[in-house]
Amino acid sequence: MIIKTHKDIPSSEITDEKVFNERRTLIKAMLATAAGASIPTAWANNAKPNAWNVAKSDLSNAALTPTPIELVKNYTNYYEFTLNKEDSTKLAQNFIADPWSLEISGEVEKAGTYHLEDILQQQTLEERIYRFRCVEAWSMVVPWVGFSLANLLKLAKPLSTAHFVKFTTIQQPETMPNQRNKVMLEWPYVEGLRIDEAMHPLTMLAVGMYGDTLPKQNGAPLRLVVPWKYGFKSIKAIVKIELLKNPPLTTWNKSAPAEYGFYANVNPAVSHPRWSQNSERQLGSGFFTSRRQTELFNGYGEQVASLYQDMDLRHFF
Amino acid sequence: MNFQIKNPKLVTLAACLIPLLWLFFDIAFDNLGSNPIQALHIRLGDWSLRFLCVTLAITPIQTMTKWRGMADYRQMFGLYSFFYATLHLLTYLAIDNNFEWSLIGTDIIESPYIWFGVVAYWVVFALAITSPKWVMKRMGKSWKKLHRLIYIASMAAVIHYFWQLKGNLAEPLLYLIIIFFLLGFRVLAGLTSRQLNKMMIPKGHE
Repeated sequence: MIIKTHKDIPSSEITDEKVFNERRTLIKAMLATAAGASIPTAWANNAKPNAWNVAKSDLSNAALTPTPIELVKNYTNYYEFTLNKEDSTKLAQNFIADPWSLEISGEVEKAGTYHLEDILQQQTLEERIYRFRCVEAWSMVVPWVGFSLANLLKLAKPLSTAHFVKFTTIQQPETMPNQRNKVMLEWPYVEGLRIDEAMHPLTMLAVGMYGDTLPKQNGAPLRLVVPWKYGFKSIKAIVKIELLKNPPLTTWNKSAPAEYGFYANVNPAVSHPRWSQNSERQLGSGFFTSRRQTELFNGYGEQVASLYQDMDLRHFF
Repeated sequence: MNFQIKNPKLVTLAACLIPLLWLFFDIAFDNLGSNPIQALHIRLGDWSLRFLCVTLAITPIQTMTKWRGMADYRQMFGLYSFFYATLHLLTYLAIDNNFEWSLIGTDIIESPYIWFGVVAYWVVFALAITSPKWVMKRMGKSWKKLHRLIYIASMAAVIHYFWQLKGNLAEPLLYLIIIFFLLGFRVLAGLTSRQLNKMMIPKGHE
């Protein structure tokens, strides 16, 4: 017999007790931390991770239960290290994420390079639980810690000529074997957004997840999260943000233009040329549970559909 | 003590089940990683493809070693390829999709990589049901023609494998090289020697 669970609360999304208790401890620790910015030093090797005093954002999906952290930490596409999603955890440990600075340049009034600590001091960190949907048809639910990209871009004062935003990952061949050996893609990794997408409040820069600093394999110390787009848009370890007049050529789009578009909006009706995007396997769901029906814009249609009015999403995939 | 294997066929038959036991072990001890369903899927598909390669390798080995009587093993390995392919298919239908036919239907229609898997499966299925000796006898010359489709199945299986991947193509490429090598051997041997064809006939049918 097939027992169908209620659509809104699939059994797969219910967190197991151990994870729940761990989270309780973490939240308690966070509440115990004095209010104000506590700059994490966890990126330094062997440093004890600091817990953050972060509030849950209104932009968080309250109905979603995060995927167990161990799964999220050990299933990452980080091609600079390896093409294997489970090996990146170990390989990324040599990565140098501290100190870190970010360059903001291009069509802005105030271009500059800033230490990550200084950037964080100006931002209020918050937790946002988003569903993360990979183009490979799997998904997970992650409580990111970060802030809206718009809050940072506004400080740089974009000019009216800034129509696109280009993001670039660090070039660190000494710790990234596939950058060193020029494997698979053209490095460094580049991603891009239209300016209205970049300024959308849902678009965030994450510095942590599960109330802690980002693990290296998950894109430490600073990554993009665009929840209505396929995961490859959410570029990791960002060192440069450029505001541009013209659309940047993004890495996957350049590598296989017929397969990975610039927009890469989650859309069950537009298949990848080789596989369907109609459904997704949720990490953490057990055997004999059905795949999940993928939602248009990954379920964020209410907030973002207006960005794509009058656009043929089949053409601009 | 006599350590000689008394019944090598029976031992081989049992040994071919080790991958399945290993898989059960990994399921029991939660050893399949963050995406266990996909891991299960890949493992079963991998073993089906491996048995297909071993099946293809029997004839070249027989030719090189001049050892007759391997046709029974070829049949056994072929059937194991079918066995693991069937488990792979059942995993997809039951464990991955819980028999949600609307999801399955859309997935198959929209995923060209699955079409190749379907082709490979039907060929292997046809070869499996025509594998008993009495069927072979009854089919006569058309049996051999039908069973040459194993090359179609193996190529389709490799395309099925690498077309679903975004990045890492090393493993499917390895299978592709093996299959090309085995196919190349057959073509070369077919051109240079008609002996081979004689040796393809199983023991007791000469």
